[in-house]
Amino acid sequence: MSMLHVVNKSPYERDSLATCAGYCQGGDTVLLIEDGVYAAIAAGKAAANLQGLTVAALGPDLKARGIGEDKLISGVKIVDYTGFVDLVANTDRVQSWL
Amino acid sequence: MADIKKFMYVNRKAPYGTIYAWESLEVVLIGAAFDQDVSLAFIDDGVFQLVKDQDTAAAGFKNFSPTYAALGDYDITKVYVEKESLEARGLSLEDLQHLVWEDEDEDYAEKDSIRLVSRAELAKVMADQDVLFNF
Amino acid sequence: MKFTIQVNEGPYQHQSSDTAYQFTKAALAQGHEIFRVFFYHDGVNNGTRLATPPQDDRNIMKQWSELAAEHNLDLVVCVAAAQRRGIADPDEARRNGKDADNIAPGFRISGLGQLIEGGVQSDRLVVFGD
Repeated sequence: MSMLHVVNKSPYERDSLATCAGYCQGGDTVLLIEDGVYAAIAAGKAAANLQGLTVAALGPDLKARGIGEDKLISGVKIVDYTGFVDLVANTDRVQSWL
Repeated sequence: MADIKKFMYVNRKAPYGTIYAWESLEVVLIGAAFDQDVSLAFIDDGVFQLVKDQDTAAAGFKNFSPTYAALGDYDITKVYVEKESLEARGLSLEDLQHLVWEDEDEDYAEKDSIRLVSRAELAKVMADQDVLFNF
Repeated sequence: MKFTIQVNEGPYQHQSSDTAYQFTKAALAQGHEIFRVFFYHDGVNNGTRLATPPQDDRNIMKQWSELAAEHNLDLVVCVAAAQRRGIADPDEARRNGKDADNIAPGFRISGLGQLIEGGVQSDRLVVFGD
């Protein structure tokens, strides 16, 4: 019974990601979209929030913001909108941490 | 609609600064007619929604906080408040409205609606839901 | 699989309308069913036909209308949220004594029950917002 957690906030502005991390259970996936993708920058302070979590990020949003894949923490799965749909379909429920 | 689903309304925003809290409460009230298994979660700034003694007269807009007290009449009896969020904001249960519901099965005994739970406990409740409403 | 999509923010101000649109389009392309797209809060502003975005930018309202025409999508604008923000179809305009309506093609105005029904009837509810 897994959950997809969608985070669309920059972790440098809001605490959505930190709260989300506290709600992740085993088998859950965190998907970073919109400004949420900034959390995946490896050298950034907020990347620590993602430790131990299964993380995906929306490729079009990374590209739009000029974040190269080489800048990201290791293990992030880059998905397009089709992959986003697959993540929703393959988990049991979605929580959007708006 | 034979199947009853577990609906959770997740409230993480403060009232008044933005309209999300009020308009999400409108969804909860309408949704009550659908006979689903409903619960409300108040997390992060969402806990500010339940603070008692709200008075909006001087600010010039409508005070919608009395509506929370009516939730029990809509058979909404599970109101989860996350302990960590409440404490981080310098609040305790005494700062919140006292929300109750009447248990028909026990001669309409008044029972508390608010369940103060830890983040870990609420995470488990959330993981058991069918549909999560976010505003 | 059957999805209901909820859009909480207006177009242009926030990316959530774009994300919701791209998600909906991708889901349809994969053969999923979109039970309904429900526009709430400022999301109701996706449903105006009177916006005139610059020629060199995407027209979000028109994108929705076209997607709806192509896939027979049910685009529902919440009536309570729409009344607050001045989105009206001919019926609403008449009922509230307004001199004009502005609903875009493919959108309809209805109650919050439509969102709840989406939650009941769909396999997944996906919310896009701020």
